[in-house]
Amino acid sequence: ASAQFQLAVPVALVFAPGSVPGDLPRPLPFRDVQEMELSVNLRTTVTSRYETIYRSTTAQEEAALGAATAREADAALHLLQDTSLGSLTVYVVPETSSLLPQGISVYVGKHRSALVRAGGGLAALRPRLQQLTQVMSFTASSITAALSDRVPDGQLGPDARRHLKSSLGYEITFSLLNPDPKSHTVEWDIEEAVNRYVQPVLDKLSLVANFSVDSQILYYAVLGVTPRFDKESSSFLLSTHSLPHVINPVEARLGSSAASLYPVLNFLLYVPERSHSPLYIQDKDGAPVSTNAFHSPRWGGIMVYNVEAPSSPQASLPLHVEVDMVRVMEVFLAQLRLLFGLSREELPPEFLLERPGNEGLADWELDRLLWAHTVENIATVSTTLTSLAQLLDKIGNIVIKDDVASEVYRAVASAQTAMAELATGHLHSAFQASKEAVTSSERAFFDPSLLHLLYFPDDQKFAIYIPLFLPMAVPILLSLAKIVRETRQRKKEPTKMD
Amino acid sequence: VCTSRFWFNYRHVANTLSVYRSVKRLGIPDSHIVLMLADDMACNPRNPKPATVFSHKNMELNVYGDDVEVDYRSYEVTVENFLRVLTGRIPPSTPRSKRLLSDDRSNILIYMTGHGGNGFLKFQDSEEITNVELADAFEQMWQKRRYNELLFIIDTCQGASMYERFYSPNIMALASSQVGEDSLSHQPDLGIGVHLMDRYTFYVLEFLEEIHPASQTNMNDLFQVCPKSLCVSTPGHRTDLFQRDPQNVLITDFFGSVRKVEITTETISLDRDLAGFESKIPKDELATEPLKYAEQLPVAQIIHQKPKQKDWHPPGGFILGLWALIIMVFFKTYGIKHMKHIF
Repeated sequence: ASAQFQLAVPVALVFAPGSVPGDLPRPLPFRDVQEMELSVNLRTTVTSRYETIYRSTTAQEEAALGAATAREADAALHLLQDTSLGSLTVYVVPETSSLLPQGISVYVGKHRSALVRAGGGLAALRPRLQQLTQVMSFTASSITAALSDRVPDGQLGPDARRHLKSSLGYEITFSLLNPDPKSHTVEWDIEEAVNRYVQPVLDKLSLVANFSVDSQILYYAVLGVTPRFDKESSSFLLSTHSLPHVINPVEARLGSSAASLYPVLNFLLYVPERSHSPLYIQDKDGAPVSTNAFHSPRWGGIMVYNVEAPSSPQASLPLHVEVDMVRVMEVFLAQLRLLFGLSREELPPEFLLERPGNEGLADWELDRLLWAHTVENIATVSTTLTSLAQLLDKIGNIVIKDDVASEVYRAVASAQTAMAELATGHLHSAFQASKEAVTSSERAFFDPSLLHLLYFPDDQKFAIYIPLFLPMAVPILLSLAKIVRETRQRKKEPTKMD
Repeated sequence: VCTSRFWFNYRHVANTLSVYRSVKRLGIPDSHIVLMLADDMACNPRNPKPATVFSHKNMELNVYGDDVEVDYRSYEVTVENFLRVLTGRIPPSTPRSKRLLSDDRSNILIYMTGHGGNGFLKFQDSEEITNVELADAFEQMWQKRRYNELLFIIDTCQGASMYERFYSPNIMALASSQVGEDSLSHQPDLGIGVHLMDRYTFYVLEFLEEIHPASQTNMNDLFQVCPKSLCVSTPGHRTDLFQRDPQNVLITDFFGSVRKVEITTETISLDRDLAGFESKIPKDELATEPLKYAEQLPVAQIIHQKPKQKDWHPPGGFILGLWALIIMVFFKTYGIKHMKHIF
């Protein structure tokens, strides 16, 4: 199905005193629109419009920019801005400003604003601004990844199907694997850790989807792979190419099939056996991984938690182990971010990103997710409804129930609303509309009454009824013929007789 | 999917269970397998060794074992349920284990065995699925991107006819015999009294025994399995819809499960002690009375209910017209005087 997406991003570019470049086309304040087109395939194009307002700082903003560090400035500015989803504010500070440390020319805050160092005039500023706005909203690759089922095969990069698909909800399961309960009694205060560290992140993500969390402890669950003993470091190593085989034997015991119909994300904490401690994961170059964890796209992550050997060999087994939940949650939440596609690695060195702290993700990262998911949702709705229409064309005598029809209408209306809202830059309402559209279209497409088997094709009808009725019809038709002949004869006879 | 029932179709159940075992051995968990069997072999009164299903008389391998998870058993193996699983049009009350929850990155392996003919496959002696319906189901799966690549293996007579009509991309198909040929069974077991396996599946399984989760064997080797000298029928395959070269497709892409993994190199930093954090006290739950199960169901009402009257519909136009025609012709032909003998 063809789709023309128009994504409008409202940007405010605010110049602090002393940073106004000399080569502005018009005096401040003014408004400018930049459009970029990306064509995904023959029938799908994405046009991004950056509606930029150029203005100078207000007195309050100037005062906020007078703070000592960029972080404080960001916090102060946050209170003064328009913080609707999808909008960005970029503050340009003078080249000599001390807010940005040496060597850093762009600082991206926790919310939806950034600080950029002026210098070189507007022409030099523009490419940096473009890169910044793309990082904080969406890039060509993130949109293409969202529309991955429309991209012609062969053009997709390896990143294409890595991130979690947009869904109405996700189920997160934390599992503690203790293969050696005789040596270790492991306790983890998962409830406290979830309430303290995981819940704030999920609350922030609650706009994107519903999350439910559960946890379990599995005993005698071993990894499917035997680690090698490395004499130099006197530790056990799991090499990178044996990692893919670790997950499957464990998966059978995870019980993820009993949970809801939403995609399940599994986070496993593995405490190695006494005989295999300490256990480290090796990366491609042979060095042990600092986090001692790995993850699998669209599935979840595994972290290995090593327990110190007992100080004296006579220490009584089992050892009591109290898991340091903060260390564990730091890794799991990082993996959760990576599973959703929020990575911070591919930025040039002159960019400084503020750490999101306990919230887990910055506001602009949430925006990135929402842009990608909204586009993905609308594309899915369009494909689903088109294919439903094709199905109904092909099998002419399917009966559409009233509620299926109303779901289809609702899906179309919501998708149109979502497209309109995207074109005007209202990300929040666009996302909500796209969610409704997806729910309705899925319900319509997967309605159990639309099974094509239940509607017999015409050639099968003939094949069944002809052998049944043809023999029976033979005497009837012959008798009919006889009657017709007799009637005709009788009509002729009177004329003959007279 | 095993589409047959009854004792003399023992070999179809053994085929399916053996493939199920191989696939589990190579790493696919039960939560990712939908197994449809009539399941009437192990506890069949004619089974001399109850609770077992053997696949080879020399190996005496009991493929039934004690961790077989059958998702659709006995009379639930119908064409309708099969198509519902494939297309996803399942009633909302269906449990997760009976659903195919695949997405656009899933590689699906479909193995079907039973009795078939030119263009159809017989389900449990009472209905059939045609190759057109199967092709349409696959197309619907493709439209919703319910698979990345699909491998379809069929071991029935004239099996190649079942894959003739496929038209969706990324499907590779293998069949045990061409149109006009019968697939033959391997060997009878004198103790059990029936044939234990079909030839094609037997040789495929021998081939799979050598595959382990990290093996690099590709699909071309699978196409060579069971040449005419051993199999008597000519196995066929179809790869024109498949985008990759079969040479580059690993067996474990479909039969095993090798996941992509990435090393986690990023961490986030959490504040260990949040100032002003209070551990959330769960909201006071309203004390509810414990529900007793027996009270939920209005049993007294149900057992005393009279059976619902089925509404009576007058006969439809077609039947009426047919009878009117018959009666009219009869009396016209043989004369009206017969009327009084009837009424």
